[in-house]
Amino acid sequence: MTRKVVSMRYSALEILKQGLRGNLHWPRMWRTPELKPGYDVVIVGGGGHGLATAHYLAQLHGVTNVAVLEKGWIGGGNVGRNTTMIRSNYLLPGNQPFYEMSLKLWEGLEQDLNYNAMVSQRGILNLCHSDAQRDGFIRRGNAMLLSGAGAEFWEPERIRSFLPMIDFDNARFPIRGGLWQPRAGTVRHDAVAWGFARAADGAGVDIIQNCEVTGFTTEAGRCTGVETTRGPVRADKVAICVAGSSSRVMAKAGLQLPITSHALQACVTEGLKPFLPCIVTFGAGHFYVCQSDKGGLVFGGDIDGYASYAQRGGLATIEDVCEGGMAVMPAIGRARILRTWGGLVDMSMDGSPFIDRTEIPGLYFNGGWCYGGFKATPGSGFAYAHLLATDESLPEASAFRLDRFATGAVIDEKGMGAQSNLH
Amino acid sequence: MSGYRLDAGGQIDRNAKLSFRWDGKSLSGFEGDTLASALLANGQSLVARSFKYHRPRGIMTAGSEEPNALVTLGEGAATTPNTKATVVPLRDGLVAHSQNWRGSLKWDLMSLNDVLSPVLSAGFYYKTFMWPKSFWERLYEPAIRASAGLGALSGSVDPDSYANGFKHADLLVIGAGPAGLMAALTAGRAGLRVIVADEDTRLGGRLNAETLEIAGAPGHQWATEAAAELAALPNVTVMPQSTVFGVYDGGQYGILERGTAQVRATFWRVRARHAVLASGATERPIAFPGNDRPGVMMAGAVRTYLNRFAVATGQQVALFGNNDSLARTARDLRAAGVDVVVELDSRAGASVIGTNGRQGLRQIMTGDGTWREADCLAISGGWSPNVHLMCHHRGRPVWREDIAAFVPGPDLPPGMLCAGAVTGAGSLSAALREGAAAAVKVAEAHGTTARTEVPQAEDEPTAIAAFWHVSGAKGRAFVDFQHDVTTKDIIQAKTEGFEAVEHLKRYTTLGMATDQGKSSNVLGLALMAEARGVPIADAGTTIFRPPYTPVPIGAFAGPHRGPQFRPVRRTPSEPWAKEQGAVFIEAGQWMRAQYFPRAGEQSWQETVAREVTTTRSSVGVCDVSTLGKIEVQGRDAAAYLNFVYCNGFAKLAVGRTRYGLMLREDGFAYDDGTCARLSEHHYIVTTTTAKAGEVYRHMEFVRQCLCPEMDVHLISTTDGWAQYSVAGPQSRSLLSRLIDEDISDTAYPYMACGAVTVCGTAGRLFRISFSGELAYEVAVPARYGDALIRALMAEAQSFDGTAYGTEALGVMRVEKGHPAGAELNGQTTAADLGLGRMVSSKKDSIGAVASRRPALLAEDRAQLVGLVPEDKSKSLRAGAHLLATDAAAEMGQDQGWISSAVHSPTLGHDIALAFLKGGANRAGDRIRAWDGLRGRDILVDVVSPHFYDPEGARLRT
Amino acid sequence: MLIDHPLLGPRDASEFTIKGEARLLDRPNPAASDAAETFHSYLHLRENPAGLVRELWFHDEGDRSWLVVTRNTLTHEIVAVELARDVAARLRGAEV
Repeated sequence: MTRKVVSMRYSALEILKQGLRGNLHWPRMWRTPELKPGYDVVIVGGGGHGLATAHYLAQLHGVTNVAVLEKGWIGGGNVGRNTTMIRSNYLLPGNQPFYEMSLKLWEGLEQDLNYNAMVSQRGILNLCHSDAQRDGFIRRGNAMLLSGAGAEFWEPERIRSFLPMIDFDNARFPIRGGLWQPRAGTVRHDAVAWGFARAADGAGVDIIQNCEVTGFTTEAGRCTGVETTRGPVRADKVAICVAGSSSRVMAKAGLQLPITSHALQACVTEGLKPFLPCIVTFGAGHFYVCQSDKGGLVFGGDIDGYASYAQRGGLATIEDVCEGGMAVMPAIGRARILRTWGGLVDMSMDGSPFIDRTEIPGLYFNGGWCYGGFKATPGSGFAYAHLLATDESLPEASAFRLDRFATGAVIDEKGMGAQSNLH
Repeated sequence: MSGYRLDAGGQIDRNAKLSFRWDGKSLSGFEGDTLASALLANGQSLVARSFKYHRPRGIMTAGSEEPNALVTLGEGAATTPNTKATVVPLRDGLVAHSQNWRGSLKWDLMSLNDVLSPVLSAGFYYKTFMWPKSFWERLYEPAIRASAGLGALSGSVDPDSYANGFKHADLLVIGAGPAGLMAALTAGRAGLRVIVADEDTRLGGRLNAETLEIAGAPGHQWATEAAAELAALPNVTVMPQSTVFGVYDGGQYGILERGTAQVRATFWRVRARHAVLASGATERPIAFPGNDRPGVMMAGAVRTYLNRFAVATGQQVALFGNNDSLARTARDLRAAGVDVVVELDSRAGASVIGTNGRQGLRQIMTGDGTWREADCLAISGGWSPNVHLMCHHRGRPVWREDIAAFVPGPDLPPGMLCAGAVTGAGSLSAALREGAAAAVKVAEAHGTTARTEVPQAEDEPTAIAAFWHVSGAKGRAFVDFQHDVTTKDIIQAKTEGFEAVEHLKRYTTLGMATDQGKSSNVLGLALMAEARGVPIADAGTTIFRPPYTPVPIGAFAGPHRGPQFRPVRRTPSEPWAKEQGAVFIEAGQWMRAQYFPRAGEQSWQETVAREVTTTRSSVGVCDVSTLGKIEVQGRDAAAYLNFVYCNGFAKLAVGRTRYGLMLREDGFAYDDGTCARLSEHHYIVTTTTAKAGEVYRHMEFVRQCLCPEMDVHLISTTDGWAQYSVAGPQSRSLLSRLIDEDISDTAYPYMACGAVTVCGTAGRLFRISFSGELAYEVAVPARYGDALIRALMAEAQSFDGTAYGTEALGVMRVEKGHPAGAELNGQTTAADLGLGRMVSSKKDSIGAVASRRPALLAEDRAQLVGLVPEDKSKSLRAGAHLLATDAAAEMGQDQGWISSAVHSPTLGHDIALAFLKGGANRAGDRIRAWDGLRGRDILVDVVSPHFYDPEGARLRT
Repeated sequence: MLIDHPLLGPRDASEFTIKGEARLLDRPNPAASDAAETFHSYLHLRENPAGLVRELWFHDEGDRSWLVVTRNTLTHEIVAVELARDVAARLRGAEV
């Protein structure tokens, strides 16, 4: 049973009309429906990936008898606490076509959702500091070209003229060049969740907040639904999409994952007038940075290294990240950090994610996005919806298998091996 | 011009006049002023523009919670934007500017936004700027970015220095108001190691701002005496101008100390078993139309300026509030001779429903609709305890209806106690009692007894009745002043479904400004609760995150910037190499000689070619001390090494060396090097330079965690030995002159090793070769490294030998087909590297089982090959991908990549090592090296990766 | 975090490098017929609990001991610290 909910079309004219009425008559962006006894698909997790999955299930596959169950408030996980960057600058054939597909979806997102998530293709520059690193970037840049993602290699002179705030004269690790992807960019992260939620809700998907999944129901070895804090729900297919809680949720189904959860910290400064025109990553330390539309420098580095569900990190990491920042860009010394926060990232054993069936029929798993889940949001939803609707993997996501460690077909971009905190 | 300096009073030094510049104007103040108090004393009412609507704003508070008065300090490279004028100690020569306007502060062109505010309500940008698509990035977004942001960075290198350090204490007292001072005194007198930190320049907190008395004397006088007593106690460290900004694991606290003599700021990491949170409370505003006009101030701030700085914030001051502090404000103002025009107490039904005045307050409209003249309106909506630090471990504050405030809940960070206004204790005497009581508890936990000596103080009235906003009045009422979030925005957010507190924050940006919502969060929450018709306690609360107040990036980095970003490791031959004019290059933390140019050489390529040719024809010397060296000793050393390496080590004879390959436990190749057996139970393992530390850690893991029963011990001696490669046909002749022992081929065959006497010093000699020539590596204790390189090179002269650097080293290893970092990249297997036969199937070793996974054995894996250009004049470069000659340049056609490419002076053309799908069986194939990134696409022929002397005859001469 | 090193006393966690869950001490029998599966599980599958976990930490900037640290992943509280060598020896029923 599908139910089409008429949703207002947003436009400048509508803003004017509503503004003149005191902005008190805007419709809700999504409903607060009652949980039904059963659905075709129950998506567990109302984050960016789960909401995107619901949207694409409805839009592309006509599957609208769908519930998205969210433990807290939608968009409260990764999509609400990332560093807003999108890119498709991967190396390996298992990854690069997927992220490029995702980037293409970002490019059409506003029109698709009638929601401005402020996709801003400002470009990303990965700085390199040694001949070996440069050779690696060129290999990667060529892989990007082969997948149609676009890439350029910039010599130091070009970087110096484009980014005069970078330290060329006094650096411990001189800059030997940079890999530039012009189509990379930033997005207003929270709005992605809201935009997908509004679109999915408009197509009839039930978004249920404050509804935690407490267990799975199985019949004859098949997953037939979930138990929740609001009672049991039947489902033909149960789709797990709970970054940061993957191991905890899958343990309820008796499955162990090649995943460890870690704290990843990020920082934002006070608002500043336009300073940095693109995303920059430092190649001789842990530091990457962009500037938000509001003017804050948004930056981060590496995970804290130890398993954690505490959603906070330590000072040593912040210090390390700021050292990296001052090493590459000493003009930011007087910018003040307004907030630091720690998110949970599910680090897989090769640094790459999963979108796959599980060994339990009817139960599907999407997770292990490490610190790269945000940029994957539309692609992940698109690929997961395809898998749920057709029971076939989308070609671009076909390497994201759960059995790849058993077979050895790992997707190890960094070549660090089976240790989750090294990716 | 409304504010003015009183003729007497205040804790300022009227004998120390300070001049400063504000927007180019020269003004003056006194020692003890803040920039804010001095601006107010000079009648500066308008000081800033708001973030979104660019509305005129004045100074609203007297502390770090200030949402409005953000200014830019300093000039040139030392420009600091977004500084709260309320926390800047005034100093002579200070230069400050207003910010975030176009035109001037008074006439800001961007205030057009204010006129458009009906269409710029919460989240408007999510609903527009979508058509036409291309306009977003070209037009709309640049415009948004230009108007957003606050102040500007200079763009120049931060010229100041920062420090960081560690401190330890039994007790950290956070905040030096009455509760904090009492806690510090009580614990300090009991002998505990105490640190007391306060963000202000003066200890005392509200005691400096109020006319309350302690033991019959003014409160600020008691604070001064307390500060003096604490400073005199050897076990107490007093840290003024120091903000405890975060609580971390294991009793660690982050402190930012501002403005010591030598550095701009110091970042301290403090360990304390206990902390007393005495962070006080922040007064919050009331939402009513026009409540953001310059001249509308917090009542507590009005008292601060009056009592501490002797500044009247207006000539006609009106009061509006919901609590007993109004009476105190009126009393203090009248005592100073300031006209109090009206006292509006919401508990008696009074209110303010409008304000007037273009760039500063001129009139207020009271609830009965009458306009009253006033140039300052002091407001008080009650106090929000500064619970931030208790939330840093995810503790939740709890709502107390009687004081209409969130107070710390039971779930505090380990070791933390709370005292004073932060607990909701309203009165001075309660604050003192709580401070002492907390210290007594801490002393008990440390096994001592503290005596409670609380001085007499008043229990001033603190009654309050919650009152959040004036309803029914027309006009915009601000909640978050910096981000221009109004009561209407909150209602709109609720209407659109953003009811969860975090949704409210994110949708409206409430509390996301530089004040982190210190004054606005609770008000916003109360309004949402009212709109939803639920109690505040049920509407939730937001989590506060570090830092409590913003911290400069430079302070976190401290001295680790520029060349000091990371330590530099130097090789033993560096002084000598520098004398020779060697060019150095970073290799991880090491600096290594890259090549040794000689007079007349036109390019580095020419130099490198000469170094290679000389080495291959005569002799060359290279510093290889950076290779990792791990000594392995013990009765089970052989068994241990046999387990660590994938190839066999059980039968290596004493005095012999073997090439070894380590796998990771997941079966991929890890690191390679040599292993020399010096005696029955003594081996030396070498690792690559890059992985020296990592491999040592891995070997310790295997030893301690997987082989605990073995008698084997490891020590890293990388820095202990200077080691030189002496390579080339004349290497034996050269070394024979320096080494006492017989090193003839018979006595010292290929792969021999042992102890030797080098120039009279005990050293080691390994007959191993990376270059493919007859070669040795000779090692002496690092302190003799400089002497040895000089001795080696003196002897090399007679052979017309050369020193060579990392470039020539790299060329010769590619010519020989030895894998290095680009090949051992963690993604390749032993078989991929052509070393598959090394993985012994006769024994268990690390990685053996997982190396047999099907995908690691697949025939079409990319495998190591050699490449030469079809046209020998063309150059090869690493990073190119390999395609069939007729294939399209797309991912599906990708067959591999070039990992290393060099010009071989030996062969006279470029050569490359590459990984090619199924490459092990593809010698003779012609393919393309496609480098779209650099616009190159050339034909190459697949050959063996062993370009030079594949039989290894030269090694054994 | 402070790690109470059994030999050296309390040490800041930043002196250490962490490897992962302590099940890595229990290397499977390579000769067993199901070695492929047991090694896969040993190498890759993790309990990843929200609560107490036993992890391997290496004292890089110290005495180079591997430690087994029992730690709460929700609070970061450390409840036990042992020398990994002792734990491994117990696991193997051997005396060190």
